[in-house]
Amino acid sequence: MKQVITISNINKGFGAVQALDKVSFNVGKGELFGIIGPDGAGKTTLFRILNTLLIADSGEASVLGMDPVNDYRDIRPQLGYMPGKFSLYQDLTVEENMNFFASVFGTTLKQNYELVKPIYSQLEPFKDRLAGALSGGMKQKLALSCALIHKPKLLLLDEPTTGVDAVSRKEFWGMLKRLKELGISIVVSTPYMDEADLCDRVALIQEGKILQVDTPAGIVEAFSKPLLGIKADNTYQLLGALKDYAKSDSVHPFGEYVHYTEKGSAPNLIALKTYLFDRGLKNVQIKKVKANIEDSFMELMKKKEEATDE
Amino acid sequence: MRIIRFILRKEFLQIFRNKAMLPILFVMPVVQLLVLSFAATYELKEVDFTLVDMDQSALSRQITGKMQASGYFNLKEKTFDIDQALESMDASRVSMIVYIPHDFGKRMNSGHSAPLQILIDAVDGSRAGLIQSYSLSILKDLNQDHLAEVQMKKEGPRFRQAKSIRIIPQNWYNPDLNYITYMVPGILVVLVSMIGIFLSGMNIVREQEIGTIEQLNVTPIKKYQFMIGKLLPFWIIGMVDLLIGLALARYGFQIPFLGSLALILLVAGIFLIVIQSFGLFISTTTQTQQQAMFLAWFVMVIFILLGGLFTPIESMPVWAQQLTLANPIAYFIKIMRMVLLKGAGWQEIQMMVYSLVGMGALFLFTAINRYKKTTA
Repeated sequence: MKQVITISNINKGFGAVQALDKVSFNVGKGELFGIIGPDGAGKTTLFRILNTLLIADSGEASVLGMDPVNDYRDIRPQLGYMPGKFSLYQDLTVEENMNFFASVFGTTLKQNYELVKPIYSQLEPFKDRLAGALSGGMKQKLALSCALIHKPKLLLLDEPTTGVDAVSRKEFWGMLKRLKELGISIVVSTPYMDEADLCDRVALIQEGKILQVDTPAGIVEAFSKPLLGIKADNTYQLLGALKDYAKSDSVHPFGEYVHYTEKGSAPNLIALKTYLFDRGLKNVQIKKVKANIEDSFMELMKKKEEATDE
Repeated sequence: MRIIRFILRKEFLQIFRNKAMLPILFVMPVVQLLVLSFAATYELKEVDFTLVDMDQSALSRQITGKMQASGYFNLKEKTFDIDQALESMDASRVSMIVYIPHDFGKRMNSGHSAPLQILIDAVDGSRAGLIQSYSLSILKDLNQDHLAEVQMKKEGPRFRQAKSIRIIPQNWYNPDLNYITYMVPGILVVLVSMIGIFLSGMNIVREQEIGTIEQLNVTPIKKYQFMIGKLLPFWIIGMVDLLIGLALARYGFQIPFLGSLALILLVAGIFLIVIQSFGLFISTTTQTQQQAMFLAWFVMVIFILLGGLFTPIESMPVWAQQLTLANPIAYFIKIMRMVLLKGAGWQEIQMMVYSLVGMGALFLFTAINRYKKTTA
């Protein structure tokens, strides 16, 4: 089995809202696949279809080579799912949660201890603490341990790092890397663009539509235009001035720089600098920058909007 | 089977970890049983009355004496002014006025009929009815005794008691008309129902509200295992509560236990499943604990008021009587009273038990069918 997930033309609507619109992609065995998109893009709906909790309106899906509608009984035991909202029992202790989820999957903590050890060992000092009393990062680790306890072949993680501090986020991605090395396929969703670089491949999703599926490098490479990073004393004023500029195409603040592209061919740096000087901006610095995944995402979103406007 | 055991262990862990739960489960029923049984009584005690005795004869004194001696009435004030007496009743200081007119004793002694007036505060209709029947029966006794006396005086040794119908009522199954005996079995049913309908129903909605159902739904747990895991803990707790209640009824309230305890427990087991399934059904139709609570309470009030606990089903309008055919609480209250107080056996109650089984199967089937291991 080469592909763990194959979906094509999946549609799902809730009343007037089209949550998923002709979604298609594949996830290979042993891959760390990211689904990147803003809140409300349809990520959770997609996960619920993959984990057999929701039935798609139309389209084809195959999870671990099985049909999520008819073979859900066979899929569930091989799947580790971590919902976006913390869904373990807050009134049970860390250890009780682990034991409960192990037992309903017909296994024990002892049996699969080696697999969860790197994660669970950090929780063990707190094993008698109620899950509800854990910090955000600890909760995520516990949820991941519970999703792993039955040695799933495929992990579905819905926004595992949302609301978790930067250090814990980094740690969490480290753990995913290790799990991947053990041969577990992982699908993870996140609203954070910077996490996209940590995936093997990503799907960019927006308003229920997949914008692009590629490796992070591939997505950045596809960024078609020369990108400039512009800095000035007054960033707010700079943003306004760039948006007003006749040739400006896209303007996004990014850290201390503003990322800027121009319509047409290569930008005329002298004309731009003169314009900004005339607008009264001081200490203007312009440099060429390499596009990152966020720039690509912004561009793809813009292209899509223009396509729908026309 | 193994999985059910794990689910049960988890449920019990959660129930007993919840600090508010233990008192709710075991103290509240006992307190309610005690409070309701002593308070929910129709017995008449110490009704205050005003006496307006214009006659001042031996006979009129005999009347007031008898009334006070009955234990039901308490002479609060005496007056010769009927307006003052009415004022007392207006102010709710007394509930009854006994007006004995002038010449009352004289007319009676001479064998004439003599009028006597009793005014009753009837704001509370059922109380007024009781005051009336109690006071009338006292006066009737007195009348009969007096008649005999008068005739004996008149006819001397030739006297023979006038022929009249003598009614000697005998109250069966509850000879002393003890209200506690009547109420306690019914109140036990209500307590058990509350545990069944609220707690097990609430439990599933709670998992839904907190979101844990999402994690549970992707596990290989089967629907029936999940349902049993939700029903069984509160079934056991309900049965334990019932046993505590029955012990209290037997040894605390001295309720007679004429029928078989095993039969009561069998019916209670079936009844709990019926009422729990109903709670589960409610929880599958609601999204939050608050909604479920209100819906369950709404149904509960109707079940209890139409259950024959406070007012006899026989005196309800026909449509309401027909409604009670679908009321599991009405069946169980009736069975409890029949078995405990009358010593009824399987023969007498089997039809009602079949009805309960039918209802339970229907509720349980619908509840399980409605509960889906998928979202939306």
